[in-house]
Amino acid sequence: MAFDIYDFTTLTSSIHQSLSESLPPLAVEMIEWTLVGLSMLIFVALFGLILVYLERKVCALFQQRLGPMRVGKWGLLQTIADFVKLLMKELITPNRADKFLYNLAPFIVIIVTFMAIAAIPFAKGLQALDFDIGVFYVSAISSLGVIGILLAGWASNNKYSLIGAMRSGAQIISYELSVGLTLITMIIFAGTMQISGIVDAQASGWFIFRGHIPAIIAFIIFLIAGTAETNRGPFDLAEAESELTAGFHTEYSGIKFAFFFLAEYVNLFIVSAMATVLFLGGWQPLHFGSFEGFNQVMDFIPPIFWFFGKVMFIIYMIMWFKWTFPRLRVDQILTLEWKYLLPVNLFNILLMTLIVLMGWHF
Amino acid sequence: MKALIQYISTILQGLLTLVKGMAVTGHYFFRPKLITTQQYPENRQTLKMFDRFRGEVIMPHDENNHHKCTGCGICEMNCPNGSIEIITKMIETPEGKKKKVIDKHIYHLGMCTLCNLCVKACPTGAIVMGQKFEHAVWDRTQLTKVLNQPGSELMKDVKE
Ligand code: SF4
Ligand code: SF4
Repeated sequence: MAFDIYDFTTLTSSIHQSLSESLPPLAVEMIEWTLVGLSMLIFVALFGLILVYLERKVCALFQQRLGPMRVGKWGLLQTIADFVKLLMKELITPNRADKFLYNLAPFIVIIVTFMAIAAIPFAKGLQALDFDIGVFYVSAISSLGVIGILLAGWASNNKYSLIGAMRSGAQIISYELSVGLTLITMIIFAGTMQISGIVDAQASGWFIFRGHIPAIIAFIIFLIAGTAETNRGPFDLAEAESELTAGFHTEYSGIKFAFFFLAEYVNLFIVSAMATVLFLGGWQPLHFGSFEGFNQVMDFIPPIFWFFGKVMFIIYMIMWFKWTFPRLRVDQILTLEWKYLLPVNLFNILLMTLIVLMGWHF
Repeated sequence: MKALIQYISTILQGLLTLVKGMAVTGHYFFRPKLITTQQYPENRQTLKMFDRFRGEVIMPHDENNHHKCTGCGICEMNCPNGSIEIITKMIETPEGKKKKVIDKHIYHLGMCTLCNLCVKACPTGAIVMGQKFEHAVWDRTQLTKVLNQPGSELMKDVKE
């Protein structure tokens, strides 16, 4: 089996060939999808655990604390211990809750994140779904998650949950617009919606450098709106511990709560991965014009490390936001979106169009 | 036009203040030396509490077993929850005068809220806040303490 860390297409095609030799095409298809699904599942579970640990450590450092230190060296096993604890907890359903919707909601949230993660290109040849309209697909799918949140709040028969869910609805409907418009800005620049096409177009330079001013503005807006999309602080008023106990997931316990928790972190990953793909060149190494030696050194680092390095950088930025800024009020959130981000965004699209038409980019 | 300039400057100012806030937390992030968390049972030997930490009320005695408490009872009156009881006795001084001195300065640690009012009120500075904080005991009677040591006397130069 050929394995090349720089190009995963050889690996995937050799698996495909060895399967096709002895099995009918339908079975090959089924086995391949199962393999992809399983690897996604393992990736999400592991990455979720690592992210929770990182978040606790990073937030502790921002607040001059140590964070988890007791379970394992530097608390490395803390999240595993927490996970085992969550698995063993009793699943409580409140009296007079809408049982069906109540049990359905966490699954909607988690399934949606899995659907979105399928379109993320981890490295060359390591992308499960590559639609012509990949960017549109991700933005459409990731906005479905709010249905799960609204259902969770509605079906719990708890006023705090309902308020949290409604806030989340208002927030996501507003910020979806900003995310969409920044996506449009970058699509205008790239000229394609296909995610692999966008990544390939950045081989000669990342869009944030090539698109200069409008790309940087779009990047900042995408970071802000993406933070809001994932319901993370300072936009975490859907759960707002100090006001609503835990917002939409107040009534959930055990593994159903863990689903919401995991979905939040996977969404964080998806937003960071989309920012990486659209602005920071996906898995493309850093290249500067004609510095051949420098470019070759950069090429030496495998693309998968480039991708995760960039994603980690964006995740770190979003964590930095969360642990620095105070939570916004509902009216402030809507003011920020409709009075500031939206007009700036529309103007930015015009600017980008002008720059693309006049060819004022690199 | 003016409104537009104002609009843009609000955005830039907002971004600037956000960056300022991030600079503060970023400063902390890259300086692990500033971490204030104490890993308590492990660092028990080296742990030093802070100057203003209030662990319990104590009465310092010097090497001759002398303290500064005159038995005036002001601390007892000032304690909001009655954690202090002053018991005095009459003694006869060598010159033949009768004098009231402290017999027992009883302090109920279990009731004390460590508000510091008694320490502030004491006219002679006889009691201070100690740094000890490991107060767990098996029986609550052990939380009632007599602060003046047995056989201790008032310091010579304390004005009454
Ligand atoms: S510290 Fe406050 S509560 Fe404690 S003994 Fe003194 S006055 Fe009373
Ligand atoms: S401790 Fe101070 S205030 Fe209390 S009785 Fe003694 S001298 Fe008076």
